[in-house]
Amino acid sequence: MAKPLVTVRNVFHRYDQHDVLENVSFDVDEGSFVGLVGPNGSGKTTIIKLILGIEKLQEGSIEIFGKPVQQFKNRGHISFVSQKANSFNRGFPATAREVVGMGLSDKTTFFQSSKKNDKRIIKALTHVNMQEFADRNIGDLSGGQQQRIFIARALVSQPELLILDEPTVGIDTDNVQQFYQLLSKLNKELGITLLLVSHDIGTITTQVNDLLCLNKTIHYHGDPGEFEQLSNEERSRFYGHDLHVITHDH
Amino acid sequence: MIEAILNYELLRNTFITGLLVGLIAPLLGAFIVVRRQALIADGLSHVTLAGIAFGMFLQKQSPVVMLTPFHFGMIFSVAGAIVIEKLRSVYQGFQEIAIPIIHSLGVGLAIIFIALANGINTDIFTYLFGSVAAISRKDLILISITAVVVVIFVFILYKKLLALSFDEEFARVSGIRARTVHYVFVILVALVIAASIRIVGVLLVSALMTLPVATSMRVAKSFKQTIWYSILYGEAAVIIGLVSGYYLEIPPGGTIVMTASILLGLTLLVKKINGSGKRGGERS
Repeated sequence: MAKPLVTVRNVFHRYDQHDVLENVSFDVDEGSFVGLVGPNGSGKTTIIKLILGIEKLQEGSIEIFGKPVQQFKNRGHISFVSQKANSFNRGFPATAREVVGMGLSDKTTFFQSSKKNDKRIIKALTHVNMQEFADRNIGDLSGGQQQRIFIARALVSQPELLILDEPTVGIDTDNVQQFYQLLSKLNKELGITLLLVSHDIGTITTQVNDLLCLNKTIHYHGDPGEFEQLSNEERSRFYGHDLHVITHDH
Repeated sequence: MIEAILNYELLRNTFITGLLVGLIAPLLGAFIVVRRQALIADGLSHVTLAGIAFGMFLQKQSPVVMLTPFHFGMIFSVAGAIVIEKLRSVYQGFQEIAIPIIHSLGVGLAIIFIALANGINTDIFTYLFGSVAAISRKDLILISITAVVVVIFVFILYKKLLALSFDEEFARVSGIRARTVHYVFVILVALVIAASIRIVGVLLVSALMTLPVATSMRVAKSFKQTIWYSILYGEAAVIIGLVSGYYLEIPPGGTIVMTASILLGLTLLVKKINGSGKRGGERS
């Protein structure tokens, strides 16, 4: 049995007087491709922030690589692509190479563009098929290309777990398909465990091998294929919200 | 002028200080601009003026005070920087409000202390507009130490500052201690402003931190290049500004900023003629 990289147990979370998460428990196993879906405001981003340690845990426990999240220091092992990543200032004077290098930021100084780091940056760019764009300004690239650069930035620290929060927002349909192919490659060829957060349940069920439906609490955890077989009412119940599945025929 | 620089210590000190601030002001300015905090220098320079006026007031009360107005300017500037960072965390959704608060507080305090310290005099005039002959040997030593400290910190924190300026959330997830780095950065900015004021003056110090960067962003292809070109434009503005200020008998604040503005204008013009003026802002 695969060992869990992330263990979430009985997590409750409140903002002001408002319950955001209630008794949330799940595991993310090593090597898996987990989809976390739920409607807007279901607590998806909150649980991600708790796992990443940028939101303080109020109740319950979260373990990352077997260590309580509060004590987990080895941040290079876990990386993140945010839904806000593509809302950066497009006039920012940085090249793709510099942006990817930011993923190594806790280890380098001004002149430490060492050959070793350069190699790692180019390797990360090659994984996302963007090596030719290394010296292009980040703002000059298309939305889909920028998203690949952000993936490369997350990969450069050679993480075992990659968390993606709504990474396809603002990307056109063609690029979304390529994007999922890239994620599948990272999972299967590089063995990176993926936790993908999305409100788009239609596409995600065809891509992931483990599905979590969250709406304050976990309503479904299991095989995405089985979820697909359920009736619309059942799926709506598990999704925790009225569900109008948009099927993506490819 | 070279002969005068060699013969007169104050002039020599000014020239060396000019070269130092021509390096450190655009160096930090590059980060200030990409962090969209261009107004922070204006806010802090007015707090520095309050400190200078406070120092003058104290000197008037008791001539044996060990610290000079310049020292008080530096202390006030650093204190103002810390208050800005505190206010930024209090007003999370409206972080830019911290700067006008500090700016007006600085002006208010400056007016009070200037009035208490005998009103507008020649000394205050040199602090407002800069001077070619105002740097004592002790000031020069303090400014040199500041320059070394700033360069070392930027050298060490470079990648952290860059990552935080580009995408704070990602930087925090990567384990960068954002609050600590923000505090260190804003204190460095405060020190650079206090150090630059003797040359360019309170009213124009922010120009030395932003104009060379604005020019550089039109030609640089990467962030590192932006820094190098900013320093180049900054040094050019300081050297041309100091020399012309000396010969024309005009406070160097005016001539330095005019030189920086002309360099910006020329760069924009050349880019427009070449038809490739895309960098820096048009896409934002």
